[in-house]
Amino acid sequence: MEEKLILFKNRKRFGIEKNIDIIFKNTALVLSSFVAIILLGIILVVFFKSFESFSRYGLKFLVTSEWNPVKDEYGAFTAIYGTLVTSFLSLLITIPLGVGTAIFITEDFVPKVCREIIGSFVELLAAIPSVVLGLWAIFVIEPFLRDFFVFLHSFFGWIPLFSTEPTGRNSLLAILILVVMLLPIVTSIARDSFNQVPKKLRNAAYGIGASRWKTIFSVILPAALSGIMAGVLLALGRAMGETMAVTMIIGNSNAFSWSLLSPGYTISSMLANQFGEADGSQVSSLFYAAFVLMILSLVVNIFAQWLVKKFSLKY
Amino acid sequence: MNSLYYQKRLSRNIGDKFFTCLSVICALIATLPLIFLVTYILIKGGSQITPELFNLEPNPPGDDLDAGGINPALVGTLIITSIASIIAIPVGVGGGIYLAEYSKGGAFSRFIRFGVNVLAGVPSIIAGVFIYALIVSTKILFGSMYSGFAGGIALSILMLPTVIKTTDEGLKLVPNDLRYASLGVGASMYTTILKVTIPSAFRSIATGVVLGIARAAGETAPLIFTALFSYYYITGFGDLFYEMGSLAVLIYNFALEPYDAQNKLAWAASFILVLSILSVNIFARILAAFNEKTKRV
Repeated sequence: MEEKLILFKNRKRFGIEKNIDIIFKNTALVLSSFVAIILLGIILVVFFKSFESFSRYGLKFLVTSEWNPVKDEYGAFTAIYGTLVTSFLSLLITIPLGVGTAIFITEDFVPKVCREIIGSFVELLAAIPSVVLGLWAIFVIEPFLRDFFVFLHSFFGWIPLFSTEPTGRNSLLAILILVVMLLPIVTSIARDSFNQVPKKLRNAAYGIGASRWKTIFSVILPAALSGIMAGVLLALGRAMGETMAVTMIIGNSNAFSWSLLSPGYTISSMLANQFGEADGSQVSSLFYAAFVLMILSLVVNIFAQWLVKKFSLKY
Repeated sequence: MNSLYYQKRLSRNIGDKFFTCLSVICALIATLPLIFLVTYILIKGGSQITPELFNLEPNPPGDDLDAGGINPALVGTLIITSIASIIAIPVGVGGGIYLAEYSKGGAFSRFIRFGVNVLAGVPSIIAGVFIYALIVSTKILFGSMYSGFAGGIALSILMLPTVIKTTDEGLKLVPNDLRYASLGVGASMYTTILKVTIPSAFRSIATGVVLGIARAAGETAPLIFTALFSYYYITGFGDLFYEMGSLAVLIYNFALEPYDAQNKLAWAASFILVLSILSVNIFARILAAFNEKTKRV
């Protein structure tokens, strides 16, 4: 008995080991707080850098579209409008396309192997760098669709959205390339939400005689809706911040136009284009634009997370 | 009696057919971009691949004769991505360890997890703007402005959320029994984490991290005004603190040039970039599928 106690005492942990344990834990703590520091740092730095422009133009910056470094007059309305229009319209096309694809992947129209292949094709699309999509858009999509745009203008020219003569790069191309970028996000999140709907619901609907699509529209889609909504919001955030492909294809013109067939601008393409060679108060104005973009995407993202938290674990 | 048989003409059956067709069409449209894009890159970029491409510097645009190679951009991408990984992996894995192993779901860890998701949603160009304000314009790095190092830091901000998330989720999947067993035989917390939980979650963490690196390698927006671009060979350690080219920025710059030779170089660069990113992704997918199979047995 005595001996055992001594053994037990001898196996007490050394002080140094305890210290290592504490150091390890605190290092991990510090490393995890880096995220918060970086996030706050980004918000503060961009805010303070934009302060000069903010105090000079105030909220007028958001609604005027003059961007003139010579006269030192700055307003980002064209870019903000471009950001909102391209992201919302591209989302409008992506949602039915992505949800339709997700339904195809989760239903059993074709054998599982085929569905998995299509699913991974769509997901691999997300891995393509956006600059490569931009290159593709410039040299393949734009020449391919040029005649279509001319046709669009000649037949629907009376609609303000198609009222300008198409000349090369334009906002509509940016919207189409955004669809390609958003499709994997919407599809994979919609697929995950469909997969999370319990089988019981589907069987119950079939049991009372609903057809397949009646089941999808009245049971499965409503049950998966919150997940899909969150995915759509995440995609919206991505669309607003997307830079390279859009910058390469949108035409980068600050002249405001309602038409989608004229060259446009987005906040991120404005930053990509002008940041490198800007000086003086233009830098501050660009930071102001960056701040607007950041707030937009933060709001969308936080709302998406709130939605996920609020509606997940329903089943 | 008739009602026992499938009736083609019934409106619900016609409607069903219609929507099925619609969803098939959606799926077809969704697969088209990747197929077209990859074939085009394979044809257009693959035909440009020569040994010189990997050895030469790109010629500055101006004449339509010979565009040279992409050696500096290729090396630059490797260096910038490595710098980003060296920063993001320790920070991210450490942060993930804290979230999964130490935090008890309190306000702090909830805030950090929220922050990780928010940071993942910050547009990539904002990371570039941030690093420009913090490092490039202040010349804080030994007086150098645009540098490969600054570009690496900007990329690391984009990698960080991915690494934390995969570590956190990978560790959460490790059964608690393993932890109890290790702690029960008298191992301290850090021994348990380093010798038991991390090794058993290693594969899923590594897969996530590698995918994050592949994603970062193709990022352009944070580099265009942090690392900028350079036409010259990277010869020594000191070049880290000067402008540095990368494949992604090379594609961006040369795609917008009016000269055919530069455009071709952009296609060649995207061939290499897309091929390596896609093969990493496919490899990770196969590995993940393989993991799942072995787990079920």
